[in-house]
Parts: sequence; C-alpha cells; structure tokens
Amino acid sequence: MQRRQLLLYGAAGAGVLGLTLFVGWWRVDGPGAPEPKGQRPLPLSAMEFRLTDHEENEVGPGNLIGRPTMVFFGFTYCPDVCPTTLSDISGWLEELGDEASEMNVVFITVDPERDTVEAMAEYVGYFHPAIRGWTGPEDQISRAVEAFRASYERVPTEGGDYTMNHTASVFLFDAKGELVTMIDYHEPREFAVPKIRRALTEDVEGAT
Amino acid sequence: MVKKLRYTNALAVLLTVAGLSAPALAGSEDVVVENAWSRASIGVNRPGAAYMTVRNTGEDAVTLTGLATPLAMMPEIHESKTNSVGVSSMAPAGEITIEPGQSVALEPGGLHAMLMKLQEPMTEGENFPLTLTFSDGGKVTVEVPILGIAARGPEG
Repeated sequence: MQRRQLLLYGAAGAGVLGLTLFVGWWRVDGPGAPEPKGQRPLPLSAMEFRLTDHEENEVGPGNLIGRPTMVFFGFTYCPDVCPTTLSDISGWLEELGDEASEMNVVFITVDPERDTVEAMAEYVGYFHPAIRGWTGPEDQISRAVEAFRASYERVPTEGGDYTMNHTASVFLFDAKGELVTMIDYHEPREFAVPKIRRALTEDVEGAT
Repeated sequence: MVKKLRYTNALAVLLTVAGLSAPALAGSEDVVVENAWSRASIGVNRPGAAYMTVRNTGEDAVTLTGLATPLAMMPEIHESKTNSVGVSSMAPAGEITIEPGQSVALEPGGLHAMLMKLQEPMTEGENFPLTLTFSDGGKVTVEVPILGIAARGPEG
C-alpha cells in the first residue's frame, strides 16, 4: 500500500518537475520566449546620425539608401573579434566578386576616442577596398548604435587601458534601406554569402 | 609543404631541448604546440593576438598558467565570447587545464594569446618567440610567424 503511494507520489513529482522544466524552457528558450527588446534595427530611412567616413566625407544613413548595405560595429584596438570580422567580410566580398561593388559596406567604430578618421583610414586600408570606415562624435556614434538596436560598453582593462564590448553581428539591408537579415558572429561562413546575395536581390523580389 | 615540415622539425628540436633541460617535469614535456600564427599590428599601441593549438600528448593533465615573450610586456591568454544577443566581450581566461590526449585551440573569436604593451610593431613576414609556462614549472617556446592583418588562419 505504502509502496504504491510512494510510486504515485514519485510519478506525480516527476510529472510536476517535467512540466516545470518544460514551461521554463518554453518561456526562456522555446517558442514562448519574449522577443529580445527592440532587437530589430530601424530601417535606414528612419535613422538619424551624422558621421565622417575614412576619406573625410560627411556621411549618414541617407547615403546608404539606393544600394544594398552591410553594416557592422567594431573598433581598431580590438585584437581578435574585429580583425576576424573584417577579414571574414573581405573574404565574402572576394567571393561575391563584381556583385560586391554594388554594395555599401560600412564599419562603424564604437571607440571614437581612439578611432579618429586617420586611424580608420589606415585600418580599413588593410582589408577589402569596398569597406568604408565611419567615425564621429560620441553622441552621433551612440545614436547610430541605438538606431541599429546594437550595444557597446567601455570596459577598463589592467594597466589603465580599456576595451569595448560591442555587438558583433553584421546587418544587411536592401537597397530601400529595409533590414533583410543579420549575420551572427559565429555563423558558419557558408551561410553568410547566400544571405548577402539575398540582400542584393531583395529589392527586385520584394517589389510588389 | 616543405616550409611546414621544416617548421615542424624546428619545433620538434625546440621541444626536445625544452624536455632535456627539465627531465623531472611531469606533464609539460609532452605538450606540443602546432599551427601557431599571428596578425601584423599597426604600430605598438594596439594589442596583438596570436593563435595556436596546444596539444597534451602525455598521460598527465597539464595546466597552462602564463605566457612570456620579448615582443610584449603583458602577454595573457584572453577569451572572446559572444552572447545570445550578439554582443562580443573579452576577458582574461585564467589557467587552462588540458587533459591527457586533449588539445586546446587558440583561434579567432575564442581563446587567444593577447599581446598587450607591444615593444615593437608586429611586422608581416617576421617571427617572434612565445613561451608557454605550465604549472609543473615546464616551459614550451614556439616561434610564431606574423601574417598579414587580414589573415584568417595559419595558412594566411
């Protein structure tokens, strides 16, 4: 009798535990997970910020409309993630060949204190020639990051220096300035180029 | 291919020398460092990064505790991480234990030898020595080739 009761309790307990885990999964990682707050960038046409490119031209989101666009954030004092992203992108652009010349490719620094126009010019010079480097006053950088629903944060390091945490995803927009998709930092290479091709053709397919 | 072989031989000699000079060590003499590479730097103000695979061919776990190189005053193993919303950050990785037969990859976007306070610019085509220190007191020195800034791996 007691044993049967024990079994019953055990089964009920396991059931409750299972249900709790399932509900937890559903709400945290599963289909019930809340959309990360404001994660989708604004269309380029709704963004407002003024920056300077590495050739000292005044630039803003308006300059990007009319051609498909790839945008990413970083800083030139970044030893690992940023050169990796820039060399990955250079590789994708090489793979796209002539198609790449139809795109805007913009690297926006999150560290304007150290990334002056000259610093950006020198840095982007080592990568694919299509890559433009944008910098500017802190408040404009902050507006740009906010418009992309990205984030950045200055983090002090030992020895009085600092590093920047920042969104490492690559944003892809069509020629009308609407977000097509994003390429995550750890996404396999073979997914990236097809995604870029989608951004390149979206304005044609998407025209209704 | 020939270049790679020569490099492997040089490494073997280095490792043998390291092994002979400290015969009482337990573990670190069985460490093999492969495919080391780094990217050139712009000047000396920006930190550099070096990558490699550290393999423990022995029967005891080994713990990598530190780095040393004449190239940089503050070489440290750091780890880059990207969280669920795509934000990348970087922090010192601390000590790294490698179990027997296992290896640890220092590669872009993950663990890397962060070379802070460069003493001279990292120039493409040159090499620099990097010494890995283990908890048993053993040291393994590897020559790290400096590739272009836009290099994606040990092959360039």
